[in-house]
Amino acid sequence: MPQQPIEIILVRQLAEYLSAPIFVVDPEGRLVYYNEAAQGLLGRSFEEAGEMTVDELGRLFEPLDENGARLPVDGLPLAVALRERRPVNRKFHIETLDGKRRALEATAIPLVGQGGKLLGAAAFFWSRP
Amino acid sequence: MKVTLWGTRGSIAAPGPETIRYGGNTSCVSVECRDSRAVVVLDAGTGLRRLGQSLSGKADQIHLLLTHLHMDHIQGLGFFGPLYDPDVEVHLWGPPSPTLDLHARLSRYLSAPLFPVRLRELPCRLLLHDVPEKPFAVGPFTVTGNLVCHPGATVGYRVEKGGKSLAYIPDHEPALGNAAFPGPAEWTSGWALAREADLLVHDAQYLPEEYAQHAGWGHSTLEHCADFARLAKARRTVTFHHDPNHVDDQLDAALADVKRSRPGLDLVAGTEGAVLEI
Repeated sequence: MPQQPIEIILVRQLAEYLSAPIFVVDPEGRLVYYNEAAQGLLGRSFEEAGEMTVDELGRLFEPLDENGARLPVDGLPLAVALRERRPVNRKFHIETLDGKRRALEATAIPLVGQGGKLLGAAAFFWSRP
Repeated sequence: MKVTLWGTRGSIAAPGPETIRYGGNTSCVSVECRDSRAVVVLDAGTGLRRLGQSLSGKADQIHLLLTHLHMDHIQGLGFFGPLYDPDVEVHLWGPPSPTLDLHARLSRYLSAPLFPVRLRELPCRLLLHDVPEKPFAVGPFTVTGNLVCHPGATVGYRVEKGGKSLAYIPDHEPALGNAAFPGPAEWTSGWALAREADLLVHDAQYLPEEYAQHAGWGHSTLEHCADFARLAKARRTVTFHHDPNHVDDQLDAALADVKRSRPGLDLVAGTEGAVLEI
Protein backbone atom coordinates (compact mmCIF):
# COMPACT_ATOMS: atom_id res chain seq x y z
CA MET A 1 0.00 0.00 0.00
CA PRO A 2 1.53 3.39 -0.90
CA GLN A 3 2.25 5.94 1.79
CA GLN A 4 -0.49 8.45 2.48
CA PRO A 5 0.41 12.06 1.63
CA ILE A 6 2.02 13.86 4.54
CA GLU A 7 -0.88 16.31 4.71
CA ILE A 8 -3.37 13.46 5.27
CA ILE A 9 -1.07 11.85 7.82
CA LEU A 10 -0.94 15.11 9.78
CA VAL A 11 -4.72 15.60 9.57
CA ARG A 12 -5.22 12.09 10.95
CA GLN A 13 -2.75 12.76 13.76
CA LEU A 14 -4.54 15.99 14.65
CA ALA A 15 -7.91 14.23 14.53
CA GLU A 16 -6.67 11.63 17.01
CA TYR A 17 -6.22 14.38 19.58
CA LEU A 18 -9.46 16.30 19.07
CA SER A 19 -12.75 15.61 20.78
CA ALA A 20 -14.96 16.45 17.80
CA PRO A 21 -15.86 13.57 15.48
CA ILE A 22 -13.73 13.91 12.36
CA PHE A 23 -13.85 11.99 9.09
CA VAL A 24 -11.15 12.09 6.42
CA VAL A 25 -11.61 11.04 2.80
CA ASP A 26 -9.16 10.74 -0.09
CA PRO A 27 -9.60 12.53 -3.45
CA GLU A 28 -11.79 9.68 -4.71
CA GLY A 29 -14.14 10.08 -1.77
CA ARG A 30 -12.95 6.97 0.00
CA LEU A 31 -13.06 7.24 3.80
CA VAL A 32 -9.51 6.68 4.95
CA TYR A 33 -9.89 7.52 8.62
CA TYR A 34 -12.21 8.59 11.39
CA ASN A 35 -11.30 9.29 14.98
CA GLU A 36 -12.44 7.82 18.27
CA ALA A 37 -15.04 10.56 18.72
CA ALA A 38 -16.56 9.61 15.38
CA GLN A 39 -16.77 6.04 16.58
CA GLY A 40 -19.54 7.24 18.89
CA LEU A 41 -21.60 8.29 15.89
CA LEU A 42 -21.17 5.10 13.95
CA GLY A 43 -21.07 2.61 16.75
CA ARG A 44 -17.85 0.98 15.61
CA SER A 45 -14.19 1.90 15.42
CA PHE A 46 -12.40 2.66 12.17
CA GLU A 47 -10.28 -0.43 12.72
CA GLU A 48 -13.48 -2.51 12.77
CA ALA A 49 -15.28 -0.71 9.98
CA GLY A 50 -12.32 -0.23 7.63
CA GLU A 51 -12.14 2.04 4.62
CA MET A 52 -15.39 2.70 2.80
CA THR A 53 -16.85 4.97 0.17
CA VAL A 54 -18.86 8.07 1.06
CA ASP A 55 -21.86 6.19 -0.31
CA GLU A 56 -21.34 3.38 2.19
CA LEU A 57 -20.76 5.92 4.96
CA GLY A 58 -24.00 7.65 4.02
CA ARG A 59 -25.82 4.33 4.37
CA LEU A 60 -24.32 3.81 7.84
CA PHE A 61 -25.33 7.30 8.91
CA GLU A 62 -28.62 7.52 7.08
CA PRO A 63 -28.63 11.31 7.34
CA LEU A 64 -31.94 13.12 7.22
CA ASP A 65 -32.66 16.75 6.47
CA GLU A 66 -34.72 19.03 8.69
CA ASN A 67 -37.91 17.65 7.19
CA GLY A 68 -36.91 14.07 7.83
CA ALA A 69 -36.19 13.30 4.18
CA ARG A 70 -33.16 11.18 3.34
CA LEU A 71 -30.19 13.28 2.27
CA PRO A 72 -28.71 12.13 -1.03
CA VAL A 73 -25.10 11.04 -0.75
CA ASP A 74 -23.93 13.68 -3.20
CA GLY A 75 -25.50 16.30 -0.93
CA LEU A 76 -23.41 15.31 2.09
CA PRO A 77 -20.87 17.97 3.13
CA LEU A 78 -17.85 15.74 2.42
CA ALA A 79 -19.10 14.92 -1.07
CA VAL A 80 -19.80 18.55 -1.91
CA ALA A 81 -16.48 19.79 -0.48
CA LEU A 82 -14.61 17.25 -2.56
CA ARG A 83 -16.56 17.85 -5.76
CA GLU A 84 -16.74 21.64 -5.60
CA ARG A 85 -13.49 22.27 -3.71
CA ARG A 86 -15.11 24.60 -1.21
CA PRO A 87 -16.01 24.51 2.49
CA VAL A 88 -19.52 23.28 3.20
CA ASN A 89 -21.62 23.49 6.34
CA ARG A 90 -24.86 21.57 6.85
CA LYS A 91 -27.27 20.69 9.61
CA PHE A 92 -28.97 17.31 9.59
CA HIS A 93 -30.11 14.43 11.73
CA ILE A 94 -29.00 10.87 12.01
CA GLU A 95 -30.55 7.86 13.58
CA THR A 96 -28.20 6.17 15.99
CA LEU A 97 -27.95 2.43 16.43
CA ASP A 98 -30.25 2.60 19.46
CA GLY A 99 -32.95 4.22 17.34
CA LYS A 100 -32.58 7.74 18.70
CA ARG A 101 -32.47 10.81 16.49
CA ARG A 102 -29.44 13.04 16.87
CA ALA A 103 -29.18 16.57 15.54
CA LEU A 104 -25.77 17.26 14.07
CA GLU A 105 -23.96 19.97 12.21
CA ALA A 106 -21.02 19.20 9.94
CA THR A 107 -18.40 21.38 8.33
CA ALA A 108 -16.35 19.84 5.56
CA ILE A 109 -13.29 21.39 3.99
CA PRO A 110 -11.34 20.24 0.95
CA LEU A 111 -7.68 19.49 1.66
CA VAL A 112 -5.62 21.13 -1.05
CA GLY A 113 -1.85 20.87 -0.95
CA GLN A 114 0.76 23.19 -2.35
CA GLY A 115 0.50 23.50 -6.07
CA GLY A 116 -3.27 23.14 -5.84
CA LYS A 117 -3.26 19.37 -5.57
CA LEU A 118 -6.49 17.96 -4.14
CA LEU A 119 -5.60 15.56 -1.35
CA GLY A 120 -9.03 14.77 0.02
CA ALA A 121 -11.41 16.38 2.48
CA ALA A 122 -12.06 16.43 6.21
CA ALA A 123 -15.39 16.85 8.00
CA PHE A 124 -15.86 18.04 11.58
CA PHE A 125 -19.11 17.21 13.38
CA TRP A 126 -20.88 18.91 16.26
CA SER A 127 -23.97 17.92 18.21
CA ARG A 128 -26.86 20.38 18.16
CA PRO A 129 -29.33 20.77 20.98
CA MET B 1 27.53 5.90 -5.14
CA LYS B 2 30.01 7.69 -2.93
CA VAL B 3 28.35 9.53 -0.06
CA THR B 4 30.44 12.02 1.93
CA LEU B 5 29.28 13.64 5.16
CA TRP B 6 30.47 17.26 5.29
CA GLY B 7 28.32 18.32 8.21
CA THR B 8 26.28 16.19 10.61
CA ARG B 9 25.29 18.69 13.29
CA GLY B 10 21.83 20.18 13.66
CA SER B 11 20.41 23.56 14.61
CA ILE B 12 23.65 25.50 14.88
CA ALA B 13 27.30 24.80 14.16
CA ALA B 14 29.01 23.41 17.24
CA PRO B 15 32.77 23.41 16.83
CA GLY B 16 34.99 22.72 19.79
CA PRO B 17 37.19 20.09 21.35
CA GLU B 18 34.23 18.26 22.84
CA THR B 19 32.58 17.76 19.43
CA ILE B 20 35.70 17.16 17.40
CA ARG B 21 35.07 13.49 16.64
CA TYR B 22 31.55 13.71 15.21
CA GLY B 23 32.08 17.27 14.03
CA GLY B 24 30.49 20.64 14.43
CA ASN B 25 29.46 21.66 10.91
CA THR B 26 25.76 21.65 10.10
CA SER B 27 23.99 19.47 7.55
CA CYS B 28 25.69 18.84 4.24
CA VAL B 29 26.11 15.59 2.31
CA SER B 30 27.49 15.00 -1.18
CA VAL B 31 26.72 12.16 -3.56
CA GLU B 32 28.99 11.26 -6.47
CA CYS B 33 29.60 8.34 -8.75
CA ARG B 34 32.60 7.19 -10.74
CA ASP B 35 31.05 7.40 -14.18
CA SER B 36 29.85 11.00 -14.01
CA ARG B 37 31.14 14.48 -13.15
CA ALA B 38 27.72 15.46 -11.78
CA VAL B 39 27.70 16.22 -8.08
CA VAL B 40 24.58 16.10 -5.95
CA VAL B 41 24.74 18.03 -2.71
CA LEU B 42 22.13 17.56 -0.03
CA ASP B 43 21.64 20.70 2.06
CA ALA B 44 23.85 23.72 2.40
CA GLY B 45 24.75 23.84 6.07
CA THR B 46 28.12 25.13 7.19
CA GLY B 47 29.72 21.89 5.97
CA LEU B 48 29.16 23.20 2.45
CA ARG B 49 32.17 25.49 2.72
CA ARG B 50 34.69 22.66 2.85
CA LEU B 51 32.84 20.72 0.16
CA GLY B 52 33.18 23.78 -2.07
CA GLN B 53 36.93 23.81 -1.49
CA SER B 54 37.19 20.14 -2.45
CA LEU B 55 35.22 20.72 -5.67
CA SER B 56 37.33 23.64 -6.84
CA GLY B 57 37.97 23.18 -10.56
CA LYS B 58 36.57 19.66 -10.56
CA ALA B 59 32.85 20.05 -11.15
CA ASP B 60 31.16 22.18 -13.78
CA GLN B 61 27.60 21.24 -12.86
CA ILE B 62 26.41 20.99 -9.28
CA HIS B 63 22.91 20.19 -8.08
CA LEU B 64 22.24 21.45 -4.58
CA LEU B 65 19.10 19.96 -3.09
CA LEU B 66 17.74 21.80 -0.07
CA THR B 67 15.40 19.96 2.27
CA HIS B 68 14.14 23.24 3.73
CA LEU B 69 15.29 26.75 4.41
CA HIS B 70 16.03 26.73 8.11
CA MET B 71 19.30 28.52 8.73
CA ASP B 72 21.34 25.46 9.62
CA HIS B 73 20.56 24.02 6.17
CA ILE B 74 21.38 27.10 4.08
CA GLN B 75 24.03 29.02 5.99
CA GLY B 76 26.86 27.53 3.92
CA LEU B 77 25.53 29.02 0.68
CA GLY B 78 27.27 32.34 1.06
CA PHE B 79 30.59 30.57 1.47
CA PHE B 80 30.28 27.94 -1.26
CA GLY B 81 33.17 28.55 -3.65
CA PRO B 82 31.51 27.24 -6.85
CA LEU B 83 28.82 29.94 -6.56
CA TYR B 84 31.57 32.49 -7.20
CA ASP B 85 32.94 30.68 -10.27
CA PRO B 86 31.51 31.93 -13.60
CA ASP B 87 32.44 28.62 -15.26
CA VAL B 88 30.20 26.59 -12.99
CA GLU B 89 26.50 25.88 -13.37
CA VAL B 90 24.72 25.49 -10.03
CA HIS B 91 21.16 24.19 -9.80
CA LEU B 92 19.45 24.97 -6.50
CA TRP B 93 16.41 22.88 -5.68
CA GLY B 94 14.06 23.60 -2.81
CA PRO B 95 10.57 22.82 -1.49
CA PRO B 96 7.90 24.84 -3.27
CA SER B 97 5.89 27.58 -1.61
CA PRO B 98 2.48 28.90 -2.63
CA THR B 99 3.47 32.47 -1.77
CA LEU B 100 7.13 33.15 -2.56
CA ASP B 101 9.47 31.61 -5.10
CA LEU B 102 12.77 30.06 -4.04
CA HIS B 103 14.74 33.12 -5.12
CA ALA B 104 12.69 35.39 -2.89
CA ARG B 105 12.94 33.05 0.09
CA LEU B 106 16.70 32.54 -0.21
CA SER B 107 17.19 36.27 -0.71
CA ARG B 108 16.02 36.79 2.85
CA TYR B 109 19.45 35.45 3.85
CA LEU B 110 21.54 36.43 0.83
CA SER B 111 20.84 40.15 0.99
CA ALA B 112 21.42 43.10 3.28
CA PRO B 113 21.57 43.31 6.25
CA LEU B 114 22.25 39.60 6.72
CA PHE B 115 24.81 39.09 3.94
CA PRO B 116 26.84 41.43 1.76
CA VAL B 117 26.40 39.45 -1.48
CA ARG B 118 22.99 39.22 -3.11
CA LEU B 119 21.79 36.02 -4.75
CA ARG B 120 21.53 37.79 -8.10
CA GLU B 121 25.14 38.97 -7.85
CA LEU B 122 26.64 35.47 -7.64
CA PRO B 123 28.96 34.96 -10.63
CA CYS B 124 28.07 31.33 -11.38
CA ARG B 125 25.30 30.28 -13.77
CA LEU B 126 22.60 29.85 -11.14
CA LEU B 127 19.31 28.12 -11.83
CA LEU B 128 16.62 27.72 -9.17
CA HIS B 129 13.97 25.02 -9.19
CA ASP B 130 11.03 23.93 -7.09
CA VAL B 131 11.26 20.25 -6.22
CA PRO B 132 8.67 18.56 -8.44
CA GLU B 133 6.18 15.99 -7.22
CA LYS B 134 7.47 13.31 -9.53
CA PRO B 135 11.02 11.88 -9.57
CA PHE B 136 13.50 13.87 -11.61
CA ALA B 137 16.89 13.23 -13.18
CA VAL B 138 20.08 14.81 -11.88
CA GLY B 139 22.91 13.61 -14.08
CA PRO B 140 22.95 9.82 -13.70
CA PHE B 141 20.83 9.93 -10.53
CA THR B 142 17.07 9.75 -10.10
CA VAL B 143 15.89 11.95 -7.28
CA THR B 144 12.56 11.85 -5.48
CA GLY B 145 11.52 14.59 -3.09
CA ASN B 146 8.55 14.15 -0.73
CA LEU B 147 7.22 16.40 2.00
CA VAL B 148 7.96 15.09 5.49
CA CYS B 149 6.83 15.97 9.00
CA HIS B 150 8.85 19.03 10.07
CA PRO B 151 7.77 22.64 10.67
CA GLY B 152 7.51 24.59 7.42
CA ALA B 153 7.64 23.08 3.97
CA THR B 154 10.30 20.39 4.32
CA VAL B 155 11.21 17.59 1.97
CA GLY B 156 13.27 14.47 2.30
CA TYR B 157 15.12 13.07 -0.70
CA ARG B 158 15.75 9.66 -2.17
CA VAL B 159 18.69 9.46 -4.58
CA GLU B 160 18.91 6.35 -6.73
CA LYS B 161 21.29 4.91 -9.29
CA GLY B 162 21.77 1.45 -10.63
CA GLY B 163 19.34 -0.12 -8.19
CA LYS B 164 21.02 1.46 -5.16
CA SER B 165 19.44 4.13 -3.01
CA LEU B 166 20.21 6.79 -0.44
CA ALA B 167 17.39 8.29 1.63
CA TYR B 168 18.20 11.64 3.23
CA ILE B 169 15.76 12.91 5.86
CA PRO B 170 17.81 15.10 8.20
CA ASP B 171 14.96 16.98 9.86
CA HIS B 172 12.05 14.71 10.62
CA GLU B 173 9.58 13.92 13.38
CA PRO B 174 7.62 10.87 12.20
CA ALA B 175 6.52 10.15 15.76
CA LEU B 176 4.70 13.49 16.15
CA GLY B 177 1.19 12.81 17.39
CA ASN B 178 1.53 9.24 16.24
CA ALA B 179 0.55 7.08 19.18
CA ALA B 180 1.12 3.95 17.12
CA PHE B 181 4.67 4.89 16.03
CA PRO B 182 6.41 3.00 14.57
CA GLY B 183 3.76 2.00 12.07
CA PRO B 184 1.58 1.40 10.26
CA ALA B 185 4.03 2.12 7.46
CA GLU B 186 1.64 3.76 5.01
CA TRP B 187 0.65 6.25 7.73
CA THR B 188 4.24 7.15 8.63
CA SER B 189 5.83 10.30 7.26
CA GLY B 190 8.92 9.58 5.19
CA TRP B 191 8.35 5.87 4.84
CA ALA B 192 8.05 5.90 1.05
CA LEU B 193 11.38 7.73 0.77
CA ALA B 194 13.25 5.43 3.13
CA ARG B 195 11.67 2.15 2.12
CA GLU B 196 14.41 -0.46 1.75
CA ALA B 197 17.03 2.21 1.19
CA ASP B 198 20.60 0.96 1.08
CA LEU B 199 21.62 3.94 3.19
CA LEU B 200 19.33 6.07 5.32
CA VAL B 201 20.60 9.34 6.77
CA HIS B 202 18.06 10.37 9.38
CA ASP B 203 17.38 12.89 12.12
CA ALA B 204 18.45 11.64 15.55
CA GLN B 205 18.78 14.89 17.46
CA TYR B 206 17.44 14.11 20.89
CA LEU B 207 18.05 11.76 23.77
CA PRO B 208 14.83 10.05 24.92
CA GLU B 209 14.53 12.20 28.04
CA GLU B 210 14.75 15.36 25.92
CA TYR B 211 11.84 14.59 23.62
CA ALA B 212 8.93 15.53 25.88
CA GLN B 213 10.10 19.15 26.01
CA HIS B 214 10.71 19.22 22.27
CA ALA B 215 7.70 17.40 20.84
CA GLY B 216 6.55 19.29 17.76
CA TRP B 217 9.96 20.85 17.12
CA GLY B 218 10.34 18.57 14.11
CA HIS B 219 13.07 16.21 15.28
CA SER B 220 13.51 12.63 16.41
CA THR B 221 15.25 10.84 19.23
CA LEU B 222 17.87 8.21 18.48
CA GLU B 223 15.22 5.64 19.35
CA HIS B 224 12.75 7.14 16.88
CA CYS B 225 15.48 7.09 14.24
CA ALA B 226 16.21 3.43 14.91
CA ASP B 227 12.55 2.46 14.92
CA PHE B 228 11.90 4.38 11.71
CA ALA B 229 14.87 2.66 10.08
CA ARG B 230 13.51 -0.70 11.13
CA LEU B 231 10.03 0.14 9.83
CA ALA B 232 11.50 1.22 6.51
CA LYS B 233 13.80 -1.83 6.39
CA ALA B 234 16.75 0.39 5.58
CA ARG B 235 19.91 -1.62 5.19
CA ARG B 236 22.20 0.82 6.98
CA THR B 237 21.29 3.95 8.93
CA VAL B 238 23.40 6.96 9.79
CA THR B 239 22.21 9.05 12.72
CA PHE B 240 22.32 12.70 11.81
CA HIS B 241 21.53 16.25 12.91
CA HIS B 242 23.25 15.75 16.26
CA ASP B 243 22.12 18.20 18.89
CA PRO B 244 24.70 21.02 19.27
CA ASN B 245 24.83 20.38 23.01
CA HIS B 246 25.65 16.71 22.70
CA VAL B 247 29.35 16.11 23.08
CA ASP B 248 31.17 13.16 21.55
CA ASP B 249 31.14 10.96 24.66
CA GLN B 250 27.40 11.48 25.04
CA LEU B 251 26.78 10.43 21.45
CA ASP B 252 28.93 7.32 21.95
CA ALA B 253 26.91 6.29 25.01
CA ALA B 254 23.54 7.09 23.49
CA LEU B 255 24.27 5.16 20.32
CA ALA B 256 25.55 2.18 22.32
CA ASP B 257 22.29 2.15 24.32
CA VAL B 258 20.14 2.17 21.21
CA LYS B 259 22.16 -0.55 19.53
CA ARG B 260 21.95 -2.73 22.64
CA SER B 261 18.19 -2.40 22.74
CA ARG B 262 17.81 -3.04 19.03
CA PRO B 263 20.31 -5.73 18.07
CA GLY B 264 20.72 -6.51 14.43
CA LEU B 265 20.15 -2.95 13.29
CA ASP B 266 23.05 -1.52 11.28
CA LEU B 267 23.25 1.91 12.88
CA VAL B 268 26.23 4.26 12.84
CA ALA B 269 26.66 7.79 14.13
CA GLY B 270 27.06 10.36 11.37
CA THR B 271 30.64 11.54 11.49
CA GLU B 272 31.87 14.61 9.67
CA GLY B 273 34.32 13.57 7.00
CA ALA B 274 33.04 10.00 6.72
CA VAL B 275 32.86 8.53 3.24
CA LEU B 276 30.31 5.79 2.70
CA GLU B 277 30.14 3.67 -0.43
CA ILE B 278 26.82 2.24 -1.57
